[in-house]
Amino acid sequence: MKTATLFNSRGWRAMALALTLMAPAAASAAPAKDTLVIGISQFPRNFNPNIESMLAKSYILAMARRPLTAYDADWKLICMLCTQVPSYANGRAKNETTADGKPGIAVTYTIRPGATWGDGVPVTTKDVVFTWNVGRNAKSGFGNLELFQRIVAIDMVDDKTFTLHVNKRTCEFAAMSGLQLLPAHIERANFSDPAQYRKRSAYETDTTNPGLWYGPYRISQVVTGSYVVLERNPTWWGKKPAFARIVVKAIENTAALSANLLSGDIDYIAGELGLTVDQALAFEKRAGGAFDFSYKPGLIYEHIDLNLDNPVLADRRVRRALLHAIDRQTINRQLFAGHQPVAHGQTNPLDTVYDKGAPKYAYDPARAKALLDAAGWSQIRNGIRHDATGKRLQLELMTTAGNKSRELIQQVLQSQLRQVGIDLRLRNEPARVFFGDTITYRKFRDMVMYAWISAPKGVPRTTLHSTQIPSEANGWSGQNYTGFKNPAMDKVLDEVEIVCEPKANKALWRDLQRIYGEELPVLPLYFRANPYIIPKWLKGVRPTGHQFTSTLWIEDWRVGN
Amino acid sequence: MLRYIAGRLLESLAVLLVVSFAIYGLIGLMPGDPIDMMVQGDPNLTPDDAKRLKALYGLDRPIMERYAAWLGNAVQGEFGYSRHHGQPVASVVGARIGNTALLLGVSLILALGLAVPVGIYAALRPYSPLDYAINMACFAGISVPPFWLALLLIILFSVTLGWLPAGGMETIGDGGMADRLRHMILPVVTLTVASVGDFTRFMRASMIQTLRQDYIRTARAKGVSATRMVIGHALRNAMIPLTTVIALSFGRLFSGALIVETMFGWLGMGKMIYDAILGNDYNLALVGLMIATALTLFCNFLADIGYVWLDPRVTLASRAASR
Repeated sequence: MKTATLFNSRGWRAMALALTLMAPAAASAAPAKDTLVIGISQFPRNFNPNIESMLAKSYILAMARRPLTAYDADWKLICMLCTQVPSYANGRAKNETTADGKPGIAVTYTIRPGATWGDGVPVTTKDVVFTWNVGRNAKSGFGNLELFQRIVAIDMVDDKTFTLHVNKRTCEFAAMSGLQLLPAHIERANFSDPAQYRKRSAYETDTTNPGLWYGPYRISQVVTGSYVVLERNPTWWGKKPAFARIVVKAIENTAALSANLLSGDIDYIAGELGLTVDQALAFEKRAGGAFDFSYKPGLIYEHIDLNLDNPVLADRRVRRALLHAIDRQTINRQLFAGHQPVAHGQTNPLDTVYDKGAPKYAYDPARAKALLDAAGWSQIRNGIRHDATGKRLQLELMTTAGNKSRELIQQVLQSQLRQVGIDLRLRNEPARVFFGDTITYRKFRDMVMYAWISAPKGVPRTTLHSTQIPSEANGWSGQNYTGFKNPAMDKVLDEVEIVCEPKANKALWRDLQRIYGEELPVLPLYFRANPYIIPKWLKGVRPTGHQFTSTLWIEDWRVGN
Repeated sequence: MLRYIAGRLLESLAVLLVVSFAIYGLIGLMPGDPIDMMVQGDPNLTPDDAKRLKALYGLDRPIMERYAAWLGNAVQGEFGYSRHHGQPVASVVGARIGNTALLLGVSLILALGLAVPVGIYAALRPYSPLDYAINMACFAGISVPPFWLALLLIILFSVTLGWLPAGGMETIGDGGMADRLRHMILPVVTLTVASVGDFTRFMRASMIQTLRQDYIRTARAKGVSATRMVIGHALRNAMIPLTTVIALSFGRLFSGALIVETMFGWLGMGKMIYDAILGNDYNLALVGLMIATALTLFCNFLADIGYVWLDPRVTLASRAASR
């Protein structure tokens, strides 16, 4: 998980200086606007909703199409294209046994009656079946093949109602956002050669074809690398959006992005894909008057992975001492003005499965010192701890070079750990090397700082299950980079996806967070916040904090007083 | 002449071949690939998905095998598909090369249009207050980082004064000539400032040296007017070193274009190449970099022709022998 922008920190400093030198004429009063211009820092590589997931694409497509289900701003699963969220209680979910005797589930959805592609053709179950056929073909280039292969059959009940037969029973059966419908009447011909589909898809060759879209807006113009224009979709079945046109402009340099906001070339910087918190704080100090600022913490979890194969870090007392020695509240307050809440585990407090009783580690240097003494690091020479054999307690912390926030945190950690006698050495690498080599092949000696993106109720199986430790034997697959092996955790991870009775499921989530907190394979730092810089006249923007972007509710955006 | 051109063409092809191999190899040596990056950013992707996608995009094949396949297609004029843009490479490059050429061309002409007369002026009055002022301005231009200058210009002319657009190539829904020219002003000024200082300094130094030549002294003694002496006698000789500098500075202008294109959202080659390299978009990176290499080679070739025009003592045969 990374974002890289050219000359980010230097550019930002230059911007700050320039803003100090010159009084900015900030964008201000509420105009009678027909067009809303949104600035984002990335341009989508393609427009096919199922090929390659990237935030810029999700952000734009959320205005032009709707998933079957999504999590809303209150993190509640809702229907967007469907009429009712399936559940056992409403009879839309029924357990069944698959042909090979495994526990499966049948889930029934009904597409909204008015749902229509932009060319007037109704969205029907034919589109569902076509999408499934494309998705389960390994040559189609879809990212998440597993989702489509889990669906073993689809019953078309009628034009709008269909039942998915899924060969794996999980508690999140109703969340079906990955099944992004394709218009069969347009895409069928392009799928005649599956291996060529990703090149021939109308989403790439004819992006402005109205028949590809069924949201409040449809894409009417694309200038690759620069901007996308969306216009009201006349066949949209929901609430009429306030703006006739939305223009999404990609400006990759964040300092230039801010300057564009000040000059009025753009109206609003997307929180999901705009400035970082420190950049937004600097912007707020200098030009905050015309804008509302909202910092929404979300599912991007900044943490430090520990190499548990290292005998020093294999000792749980040392891991706990490390966390007690870090003053995360002060880091949050001093560096992020309190906008990036301290994480006590990988589960976000906004998530419905969050357990308040999970272990927490307050800043307590005395406790850290006691734990280190107990672990055998009791001899202090020149302020650094040594063990009985004279080995120095020296750890190496790596992160992505050029990420200003992480590099600042590194320096604070170095100073704080020094106070309890730990010699922290810093070594950074370009994101490319760091993620592509050091982490993937578990080449880090001690500790690595980076972030994970998750989803609401996302089970951290790939990062915590012992079968997910990357190694030569498994072709370096899996993302359990710490090398965490814990039978109790494995058992919980195996069960939490399939034991769905609410009380039992909640208990499993509680266990998961407890084991995570007690064992500390990872040092939790904070949940990253997205800064939304919204002009005072723009109303209705509701940050979500998860992967479903605020533009899924674009029809609520309007000019207000 | 024909023999010389044929020789240069062969040399250029050899250089392009070596460059293509080096670029392909270097990108291949970079750790990680786009699918690894994709996995980091998408919690839904499984290790099996990653394996399948690597096979689909050919990223699981040895680098030499991929290069050989690319080369085989390239000699037939098929440059492949840009994974980054989801389009054939030719379309992506075709749409951008003109934009960069426009930006570089206009700024180069402007820079030379300023540097030559100002450099001459400074050379005619060396160590005068005006010469010092010109020198200081040149050093300022050389020292100011283009991205910082770009930001200052945006803040001044777009934010504070509101005279010019802060970025982009045209106003959405307008796109007329005047509108496009307005959008060009700030990027062109940024690039011009970045190169005019160097050119002026070279022009001044070269002109001072030329003015000390015996034949200039003779011309002066014969009563040739100052204007005629400079334009008719000294300028052509003084331009020879500048021609070399211009040819060599083309690569630097390209990297300047990368910064300017990023800051102003100008859809050009510099930014495209940068993104392609970072995103392991082999096909696009290769073609982009090879075009940049070919342009640099072409500029050097033009410089050679320029020497012949500027200095009658130089012939293409002597240039070929001196290479």
